[in-house]
Amino acid sequence: MDLNYSLEHESFRNEVRAFLAANGDKAPTGTIFRKQTKEDLGWQKLLIEHGYAARTIPKEYGGYGAETDILKSYIIADEFARQGVRPGHSGDFRLVPTLLELGTEEQKQQYIAPTVSGEMTWCQGYSEPGAGSDLASLSTKAVVDGDDFVINGQKIWTSGAHYADMIFCLVRTEPDAPKHQGISYLLFPMSTPGIEIRPLVNMTGDATFSEVFFTDVRVPTSQIVGARGEGWFVANATLKHERGGLGDPNQAEERFHSILEMMKQEKIDGVRLIDQPVYRDRLLKLQARILSMKFNGMRILSSSIKGDDPGLAAWIVKLQGCELNHQMAAMAIDILGEIGILYDDSPHLRDAGFWQYSYMLDLGLIIGGGTAQIQKNMIGERALGLPKEPKPQEVE
Amino acid sequence: MDFSLSEEQHMLQESISRLLTTECPLNDIRELVDSGGDCLTEVQQKIAESGVAGILIPENLGGVGLTLLDAALIAESLGGAVAPVPFIASSVMAPVALLEAGSDEQKEKWLPQIASGAAIFGTGVTEQIGNREDRGITASADGLNGTAMFVLDGMSADMLIIADDSGCMHLVDSQASGLSRQKLKTIDRTRTVAEVILDGVTSEPLPGSHSNREPLLKTIDAGRLMLAADTLGAAQYMLEKSIAYAKERKQFNRVIGSFQAVKHMCSEMVAELEPCRSLIWYAAYAGTSIPAEARMMACHAKAHLSEVGQFVARTATEIHGGMGVTDLLGLHYWFKRIGFNRQLLGAPELVREEAARAQGWV
Ligand SMILES: Cc1cc2nc3c(=O)[nH]c(=O)nc-3n(C[C@H](O)[C@H](O)[C@H](O)COP(=O)(O)OP(=O)(O)OC[C@H]3O[C@@H](n4cnc5c(N)ncnc54)[C@H](O)[C@@H]3O)c2cc1C
Repeated sequence: MDLNYSLEHESFRNEVRAFLAANGDKAPTGTIFRKQTKEDLGWQKLLIEHGYAARTIPKEYGGYGAETDILKSYIIADEFARQGVRPGHSGDFRLVPTLLELGTEEQKQQYIAPTVSGEMTWCQGYSEPGAGSDLASLSTKAVVDGDDFVINGQKIWTSGAHYADMIFCLVRTEPDAPKHQGISYLLFPMSTPGIEIRPLVNMTGDATFSEVFFTDVRVPTSQIVGARGEGWFVANATLKHERGGLGDPNQAEERFHSILEMMKQEKIDGVRLIDQPVYRDRLLKLQARILSMKFNGMRILSSSIKGDDPGLAAWIVKLQGCELNHQMAAMAIDILGEIGILYDDSPHLRDAGFWQYSYMLDLGLIIGGGTAQIQKNMIGERALGLPKEPKPQEVE
Repeated sequence: MDFSLSEEQHMLQESISRLLTTECPLNDIRELVDSGGDCLTEVQQKIAESGVAGILIPENLGGVGLTLLDAALIAESLGGAVAPVPFIASSVMAPVALLEAGSDEQKEKWLPQIASGAAIFGTGVTEQIGNREDRGITASADGLNGTAMFVLDGMSADMLIIADDSGCMHLVDSQASGLSRQKLKTIDRTRTVAEVILDGVTSEPLPGSHSNREPLLKTIDAGRLMLAADTLGAAQYMLEKSIAYAKERKQFNRVIGSFQAVKHMCSEMVAELEPCRSLIWYAAYAGTSIPAEARMMACHAKAHLSEVGQFVARTATEIHGGMGVTDLLGLHYWFKRIGFNRQLLGAPELVREEAARAQGWV
């Protein structure tokens, strides 16, 4: 254990700080989950030029082209979070690593640069009405006709489908193969004729995801990543990247500080919340969990720097991290009492309604990207080696 | 930046764990506690020979001069083996108290004896954390008077360090005239706590703790950290036993680990316990290297491990079915050790409140 940084990394941190001091106010605010605005694109461009976004993506594909230095990437994320400045991105965090790993040279040339710059946005077409946790049972089919696949079927919960330019999509191309071996991974524009998008309003009141219907959608066969029937394995490369991205402890710490600040401001009967032992104890319980996850994250970081397997420390991050965010929002709502139920643009609203919004959104994140129950199955079976449930001979 | 154990630390922990596996099997522990004994003396001596007794004591005073993190790794191993040997009071709290507040003469006299295993120390600080039943120790011209409860390792100790009601710590010979002690029976028979009654007992104050509570608080911080690490080890043991049992025990023609209810209990234990390891490492590191965070982290480690320890202890017991609650299996030794650690030096609510104070919230 030595939590001091080397001189090289100390001075790198100072560079990042100096950059943020000079440029932090240029950062756009609000979600990045939207069609990118001119300000979004300008900010991303500036960050790439300085190596604070798309840092390790090769220059030829629109990145900064630095050698991998996990600690520097961490310092960047850490400083942006501390200053509350919106960080950049490396293109779609699920698609770009997949293309880098498994795409053809042509696909890399065509897609990575505009994705990294933010001009081209993507959605993930995996889940279907009949295929959620059991994703491999998906049934949207693609049949070869000449040089094209012809796609028919339906996706659901497709986040960002209503503004995305492109979709990376799983379809069944080999109906007679075993279920994991009959899937292919395709890339195509959302403007392709035959695609219909019906936004679904989620419980926050926003439409962040959609149903997507395909009727005789024609996609050139060259738009496949990996070979026919190998889509499941290509997709798993993507899911691996997705899991790394959820349950970020930096975000948890930021929220904790907001709650602490709120408890120092808000009063009941003239007494600050922080001065009330019952509320304080609940905050302290959360703080211990947040710190544990933060240090767990640092442990994973050090393992990856050394090329060691972080083991159990990594398996639990999605499960614990998403739950923790949800619990923080729950606490913020509770300590606000009746004020906690205010929403939208109500008078007396606190933090623009963030806490109720996040309480609901976070529940979606506990479900999306592999539900909590599926996480527990994976920890039990893959990490602890407990046996899988026996498959029933027949399912009613 | 390196958030991991060093090669030496891995080796240290492995060698102690190996020693405990061979020298401190459950059968020996049972025999000891059933006969009313306090300490497996042979194990205690072997541990002292390996340097563990002097883990925090500087090399020029006969110790090995390591850090709180190294000590926490030892505590974790001892908890994993439910070892009935004094460590937390004698090898951590007493050396911290002496190093923080002892005179040169006191350090030179006692630290080498602790390191060699020649002297065992107990510590009595409970009344300075939360005084119940109007107990406590006063220091006056005729010596120390009053009652100190829950003196850790107090029965086997040759020497005691006892805090008076001003927070000043005193060296007391456990054979001194006017001192009487009796064993308090707790759920955890692998450790001993004593009630020590002092009636005009001569003592030697640790001068650095005179009108300065900081050495006492540092001593308590170190003790809390060790109790937390002990719980980590004990809970890890219970978790591993549960996973092994879930892979082997069959019901309804299947191993029970293939039932999701059981599988998810195992995963939940892992998900709760694994981040605790990082919390302990950080808290111990802070104890040595980040003074501004040391107290808050020690409190969080103690309180959080108490909560997670309790969850793991009951869940692991449930996974074993009826066997889990039997004396035959002996899982209860770990269950009780975790329960003991939770209460000693402050139960969770009280310790969390200190974490709030350490952050200036109150
Ligand atoms: C906010 C949000 C965004 C999303 N974005 C996308 C997206 O962009 N693209 C995309 O393709 N998908 C997306 N999804 C879909 C998401 O991946 C699925 O919702 C998720 O995998 C669960 O599938 P399901 O909804 O069909 O639930 P089901 O699989 O039907 O699960 C229902 C319940 O049964 C439980 N369950 C199911 N199988 C098991 C099992 N084997 N063991 C124990 N319990 C089980 C689940 O844990 C859950 O509690 C998103 C979902 C949400 C909530």
